[in-house]
Amino acid sequence: MLLAVRDLTVALPIGGRLVPIVESVSFTLGAREILGIVGESGSGKSVTSLAVMGLIDVPGARVSGSVRFRGRELVGLAPRAYRALRGREIAMIFQDPMTAFTPVYTVGRQIDEQIRAHQKISRTDARARTVRLLGDMGVPDPERVAGRHPHQLSGGLRQRAMIAMALSCNPALLIADEPTTALDVTVQAQILDLLRGLRREYGSSVLLITHDMGVVAETCDRTLVLYSGLVAERGPTGALFAQPGHPYTAALLDSIPPLHGPRPARLPSIPGSPPAPAERPAGCPFAPRCVYVQDSCAVRPPLVACGEQDVACVLPAEGRPLPPRFVSEMRA
Amino acid sequence: MTYRVGRGQVLRALDGVSLAVRPGEVLGLVGESGCGKSTLGRCLLRLVQPSSGRVVFDGTDITTLPERRLRPLRQDMQMVFQDSYAALNPRRRVGDLIAEPLRVHPAPGGGRRSRADIAARLAELMDLVGLPQAALERYPHEFSGGQRQRINIARALALSPRLVVADEPVAALDVSIQAQIVNLFMDLRDRLGLTYVFVAHDLAVVRQISTRVAVMYLGAIVELGEADAVLHHPAHPYTAALIAAVPEPVVRKEGLPPPLRGDVPSPIAPPPGCRFHTRCPVVRDRCRVDPPVLHALADGREVVCHYPLAGE
Repeated sequence: MLLAVRDLTVALPIGGRLVPIVESVSFTLGAREILGIVGESGSGKSVTSLAVMGLIDVPGARVSGSVRFRGRELVGLAPRAYRALRGREIAMIFQDPMTAFTPVYTVGRQIDEQIRAHQKISRTDARARTVRLLGDMGVPDPERVAGRHPHQLSGGLRQRAMIAMALSCNPALLIADEPTTALDVTVQAQILDLLRGLRREYGSSVLLITHDMGVVAETCDRTLVLYSGLVAERGPTGALFAQPGHPYTAALLDSIPPLHGPRPARLPSIPGSPPAPAERPAGCPFAPRCVYVQDSCAVRPPLVACGEQDVACVLPAEGRPLPPRFVSEMRA
Repeated sequence: MTYRVGRGQVLRALDGVSLAVRPGEVLGLVGESGCGKSTLGRCLLRLVQPSSGRVVFDGTDITTLPERRLRPLRQDMQMVFQDSYAALNPRRRVGDLIAEPLRVHPAPGGGRRSRADIAARLAELMDLVGLPQAALERYPHEFSGGQRQRINIARALALSPRLVVADEPVAALDVSIQAQIVNLFMDLRDRLGLTYVFVAHDLAVVRQISTRVAVMYLGAIVELGEADAVLHHPAHPYTAALIAAVPEPVVRKEGLPPPLRGDVPSPIAPPPGCRFHTRCPVVRDRCRVDPPVLHALADGREVVCHYPLAGE
């Protein structure tokens, strides 16, 4: 197992007390696998990925649980050791490539520098590798693009350049936090295509953080659904979308307007909004918005097996799983 | 609509766009960033002044109407923006924010509205958008994004407009909240007989709410027609590519279509011939030199393409 996260809890000091933002999150990621972490704003998906990267640097924050990467425990790792790992073995790409690149140097120079920070090779060799990487990422005329500054590139090209920089040291794990959110759909489709190809070409595993269920469905092998800092459901993407086990997953999928098939007169929506971490109920965090809520929801439900997934809900635990999801006819 | 962008260059944000919004319909404007959909929405309300062409609202040419004569018409046309927070003054109570248009504009019979009238209208608006009356006493930062968008909608509706231009009103919201606001827009249209121009990049949201859809690319409309016709049987190759690129929350077995190549060209120097020819998967020689014009197909929709994929 490349990455095994167990009971990861990240607590931040808010108003004089430690509030758990992310609670007891567990998942594994195998070699050449793409795992999607999906959730709405405030669900804790980005905090989870930052914790894996060792980038939670809020004073007074507490990270507990276990993050094992290639068998090595990362929670509590010294900053120096973490730095050696980041970039070389674990790389990260963000939503906004403009903040990942410095505006004052050319893209090529920044990728060269990243390669030379982790490996002893000459400038010429580093540039040759940069150009090859850019070409592999589908950048047209990579030599010319390497000589340009970030602001001279389009959003799609910048994102390709950032992925090239992330892959420059052949990391085993790539964490992509909303990598296509700022892009137009036609360019998003290109970048997702690229991410899917990485495991083939580079043997990388990808942890994809997104709010978009469509992106997950088209990209990830397995999916982890977070709600208010807790795992609601996790399992193989196909099974999870065909028969969601958690009422939240099901309601979230239903609230997306369909692009094909008949138009619903009204969109099924989830009433209310997710609780703030400090106001999270003691029981199931989704209970106040859930149509299936019952007395036993007052106790926080553990993850139980339900079909091919693990689901944090009392319904499957009581032997009453949700019915399969109705999916209207796809393309004509 | 053109903008000067320095060095003598001109950005044509909109290039020869013609369309009519019918009373009671929802016209969806879709396209990728930079296609001109927001600029078009703003031109319709004359929030920006078009460089040439005409905007006619209910029989009145408003393109060059002086502000003094435009102001009474503004009551009939309102706008809802994407950023619900930026659109609301953080230092004023929700009640004051929504009452402002009622204080600025005269009552229907002339003269100022009384305090009691304004209070009654505020109460009505809160019910209409599904907010508690207590919300009037609170400040914008005390609300979630979805609730703030309800406040913006209430303010836009304060003067009972006939036309509402909504520019990406749900783009910044989480999906579960987005569904609530889309439903609200649809309910309000049915209850108040509103006409919407709904600007959005999300095709599924646009299909859900629109009667007709205009697809825009590089400052021009490339396809315009009934929402279901355009989105189920696209005639323009760009519409087809846009639909194919939308990631859908369904796991497909047959694999994905190859994505469209390249980026949108710069609107400062749009390609000659058909604007889409540099990325079009079915481009032919004629498309590189001969710009197609908007023409009607047999099924009534309009398309700007020499070789449309459907509708004939």
